Amino acid sequence: MVSVAIVDYGMGNLRSVEQAIRHVAPDVVTAVTDDAGVIARADRVVFPGQGAMPDCMRELAARGLRSAVLDAARSKPFMGICIGLQMLFEHSAEGDVAGLGILPGEVLRFPGNLHDDKGNKLKVPHMGWNNVHHGAHALWDGISQDARFYFVHSYYVQPRDAALVQATSEYPVPFVCAVAQENLFAVQFHPEKSHAAGLKLLQNFVQWKP
Amino acid sequence: MLAKRIIPCLDVTHGRVVKGVSFVELRDAGDPVEIAKRYDDQGADELTFLDITASSDDRGIIFKIIEQVASQVFIPLTVGGGVREVGDVRNLLNAGADKVSINTSAVVNPQLVADAAARYGSQCIVVAIDAKQVAAGRWEVFTHGGRKATGLDVVEWATRMQQLGAGEILLTSMDQDGQKKGFDLALTRTVTDALEIPVIASGGVGNLQHLADGVTQGGADAVLAASIFHFGEYTVQQAKEYMAAQGIEVRL
Repeated sequence: MVSVAIVDYGMGNLRSVEQAIRHVAPDVVTAVTDDAGVIARADRVVFPGQGAMPDCMRELAARGLRSAVLDAARSKPFMGICIGLQMLFEHSAEGDVAGLGILPGEVLRFPGNLHDDKGNKLKVPHMGWNNVHHGAHALWDGISQDARFYFVHSYYVQPRDAALVQATSEYPVPFVCAVAQENLFAVQFHPEKSHAAGLKLLQNFVQWKP
Repeated sequence: MLAKRIIPCLDVTHGRVVKGVSFVELRDAGDPVEIAKRYDDQGADELTFLDITASSDDRGIIFKIIEQVASQVFIPLTVGGGVREVGDVRNLLNAGADKVSINTSAVVNPQLVADAAARYGSQCIVVAIDAKQVAAGRWEVFTHGGRKATGLDVVEWATRMQQLGAGEILLTSMDQDGQKKGFDLALTRTVTDALEIPVIASGGVGNLQHLADGVTQGGADAVLAASIFHFGEYTVQQAKEYMAAQGIEVRL
């Protein structure tokens, strides 16, 4: 019986997610899988994503995993990461593509010509370690306020319902970097690459009882 | 606020980390997995591994090293050296690399950058550029460890790589590399101002002020160094504290 299924739809390297979960929870059985049955039977599901959202949406559908992901997102502890967060929303400006529509809102691109308060140009993609200002959700247990996590993305989510927001970061204006709804939690940054704070978040997810 | 990144670089050959001046007089610096763990403990923001093995016979060694590091170190890992085709990118990602650095092969076949970025995403494609100054305010791209001129202007080349899908530029001054006199700040500033994607400054770090200068004067998004960390002159933590004292945003 797989405890944590990591959804594999052919977009990028998922081993680092699996290795990070194994590191914090050695007794948990993990599987990187493209099998809808395994996803349906798993206790928990991680939904990662890399690359461009139109490609991710296309590959998810091509592998027949769309309904398995929709079911999991509504029924069991579910964590979206990076594009796996963005795909939960209704629409993305990246390729003008529809998302899964589980959460109300859209995915927008950082504008060009961003500058910090010293006048330095801010690059897109937003790449590196940024502070995460978080709320009181159980997945933040033991993670200090404004801890840094590793980001790499050019698009960010804008939920229509402010109650979904579980964390924000700044580049240079605030943007949403974590959302939650019942059994679902999703983040823009990469917990599997965010050292101690990221590992703690994954450990909290594996133990989470929503 | 987004932190400036400090990236220790590990040149690996025959399963060992080495460091020399312009690829001569290679000096053994130790076991790559042990060194990677030490830098991770010290607070490194990323690690870059460059496989400088000349012979293809030893290519398999880097995969084993990356697999071992990736199972113990949970920060981004970049791997470069000998990447010639999309399959090489895939193999390195599967071994546990988060980003793959492409240098000579990007010059030989620019389409490789476009194909790799389209397949795996710009976030994992780093284009490494070795630059040599040829005139005031002008730098040329060199390949094969700085031995072969290409006739390409560095700013034009970096801009083209950005258009083809590179997610980041690793910019090394061949004039400064190994000299311990600091980055080529004019080069760094010129390239970073011309691009929308992040630039990692590389080549020439001899002390902590050089790292700070790369950010404050060069405008780099990240700074890469090897020998000052390998031989125990400074820890990554010391580098960060030094930069923070100058008002640079770092992850402490």
